Order: sequence, then structure tokens, then C-alpha cells
Amino acid sequence: MARITASLYTSHVPAIGAALDLGKTHEPYWQKVFSGYEFTKRWMKESAPDVVFLVYNDHANAFSLEIIPTFAIGTAAGFAIADEGWGPRPVPKVIGHPELAAHVAQSVIQEDFDLTIVNRMDVDHGLTVPLSLVCGQPRAWPCRVIPFAVNVVQYPVPSGRRCFQLGQAIRRAVESYDEPLKVQIWGTGGMSHQLQGPRAGLINREWDNRYLDRLIAEPAALAQMPHIEYVREAGSEGIELVMWLIARGAMSDLGGGQAPKVAHRFYHVPASNTAVGHLILENQP
Amino acid sequence: MALDKPYKDVPGTTIFDAEQSRKGYWLNQFCMSLMKPENRRRFKSNERAYLDEWPMTDEQKQAVLARDLNRCIAAGGNIYFLAKIGATDGKSFQQMAGSMTGMTEEAYRDMMVGGGRPVEGNRYAREWEKK
Repeated sequence: MARITASLYTSHVPAIGAALDLGKTHEPYWQKVFSGYEFTKRWMKESAPDVVFLVYNDHANAFSLEIIPTFAIGTAAGFAIADEGWGPRPVPKVIGHPELAAHVAQSVIQEDFDLTIVNRMDVDHGLTVPLSLVCGQPRAWPCRVIPFAVNVVQYPVPSGRRCFQLGQAIRRAVESYDEPLKVQIWGTGGMSHQLQGPRAGLINREWDNRYLDRLIAEPAALAQMPHIEYVREAGSEGIELVMWLIARGAMSDLGGGQAPKVAHRFYHVPASNTAVGHLILENQP
Repeated sequence: MALDKPYKDVPGTTIFDAEQSRKGYWLNQFCMSLMKPENRRRFKSNERAYLDEWPMTDEQKQAVLARDLNRCIAAGGNIYFLAKIGATDGKSFQQMAGSMTGMTEEAYRDMMVGGGRPVEGNRYAREWEKK
């Protein structure tokens, strides 16, 4: 049977992609960001999964205001890299896993999570920046990827509670898939940041670190946090952090297993406008 | 019963909800069109003519021409859509965000390197009214 081996959490700042693509990684400003992913790149090579279930948000690239799905699962064989206005990032095409994606969709929809099924979707920096941070700059990505897009552009975004419950349903779905695949689930976006209005630039280091503590130790209580607290304390775009609760909900401890091992934790301010948070949690056998 | 919108009480912040989204529909769809290189070229060669192809309000068009992102947001724009204008102009997200704060580009960058805008004094609208 398939199983979830680990969950990984990371910010997905577009400027990180630009720094990588333009060869700025050795500049001191960016070195501080990338140093937090040195461990991760080695870890990824040593414990490479077959599939990454990648929770992210589209930033007005695949979805305009014509259609705004709350939860969208990519079930295609492949996903092209979006042109976000600067031209597409020079990164490999994303290869999907249509069979597992369809299995997850069928399972969780029957558990009352009404996903939107997407067979054609370009993927933007929300998905490709985490891949670059974790996998470096290979000619082809080392694993299949199932893109899972969450609406965090138009309010209201889904509640933390709903995201956390959905993660639990995704774990059950993965564990009922016959092929013995190793699957990682990634939650991306955040941490504190605000990109708009006179309050732009807001960062809340203390709140972010408390969020990381609670994500590790008391995710069910954390999932009860209302939207307004994210907005007020972590900035209007800090609300992206609800996506981390999908990945956290998919860990074994929520299904009666042991508490996960904290393999890596990193926090740095700033990357462009944003606080960068990064965490790896491993399921215990 | 009216919807509860506690986020109206956060200073210097416009939450892009259904009300803003309705107001800004064509402004944001115009921005979306700038994902195509051909449209970026046409927009740059004659901004006003390109804007006139869209059923936007005059205020929205003026706000775009002035590159006043706060005005664009007040008129229903969303930052992820408006970022396409910045991309067309060759601006980074940091330049765009900074332009809305009344700070110079350098001062904004320095603030971010120094740890960002603190949350103290920036949680509630009434904290800004006192200033």
C-alpha cells in the first residue's frame, strides 16, 4: 500500500525563484535564505519519494476571476510552467501522477470534501519555488507531483479546521492505494507577510515561531484559529498558512500513530516581503 | 443578516472579498490578459487604447495609468492580478509592495532587512487614527 513518509512546509516567495533563475544564490542576502535548505536538499536525495502531493495556491495564473475553486486537484499527466508576466520560469515540466490523483479525488469526495478536478492547469511559483528549494536545479524533477491548489486569493479562504480535516482524509486515501508508493505531502506559502496597502511589509516573528511550535505539537488546536487572527497578526497574505494544516493533518499521528519526528526547522526574515518558514516532519515507522 | 467582516478593522489593509471582487472584475481580468507576451506589447505601445478595450471604470483606468496600486486596490484590484502590471513594467514584488506604503524603495527594503514592519501598533484601525 502507499504511505505518507513525511510532510514538508515552506514559504514559496516568487523572488526566491527569480534569485535561483538569475544565479543570485551566492549573494549574502540570498545565502541566508538558501542556507536553510542545504539540509533539505540532502534529505530529499536520501529519502526521495515517488510522489509529492503539493499543496499550494495559484496566484491568478491558472485561475482568473472566471472560476475560483476552493480546492482543486490536478489529475493530468503533466503540467506546464505558467507565464506569470515575466515569462515562464526555466524549470522542468511537472509530471503528474494521474492514477493516484484520481484515487485521492474519488476517496475524499466520497468523504464529503467536494474537490474540483482539473485536467489542464499551468503551475506557478507557488508550486515551482518549493520544488526548486528542495530539489535544486535538476534537468527533470526527481519525482511525480500532484498539484493541489487552494483558493487563498479571494476571501473567504477555507478555514484552518476544514484544511486540517481534509489532510486527514487525504492520508486515508493515500493509504488505501494499492501500489507501494512513498508519498510526501508539502504545505506551502506563508509565513507572515502582507503585500498590499499601507501596512505592506508586516512581519511577526514571534507569532510565526509560535505557529511552528503549535503546528508540531498541537495541530488540532491550531486548526481552530479564525481567519481574522491570521490577517491581523500575520498580514493579509499570511492567511496562506491554512495550507500547512492540510499537510499536517495528513500525518500518521492524527490516525493513531506516533508523533512525527522534527527532521528540520528553519526561520528567516526576510525574503523580499516575506518571513520564510520551513519545517520537515517525518512519520515514525 | 449582513456578513460579519471583522477584517475591516485592520489598518492599511483591504481584504479582497466578494464585494471587492465584483467591483474589480474587469480591472483584474485586464491584468490577467498581460500574461500573454503579445498583450504586454500592445499595452506598452498604447496604454490608454489597450485599456479602452476593457469595460473598466474611468477611475480604474486612471489608477492603472498612474501606477497607483492603492487606488487600484480601492477600485477592486487584487495584488496578485495587479502584479501582472508590475511584471510588464519590470518591477519586482518588493518594489510593488513598497510603492503602497508611502516609503521610498530604499527605506522599504531597509525596513524588510531590519525585520519588517512590526505588528505592534498595526493591529487595529483605531491605532492608526491616533497617529
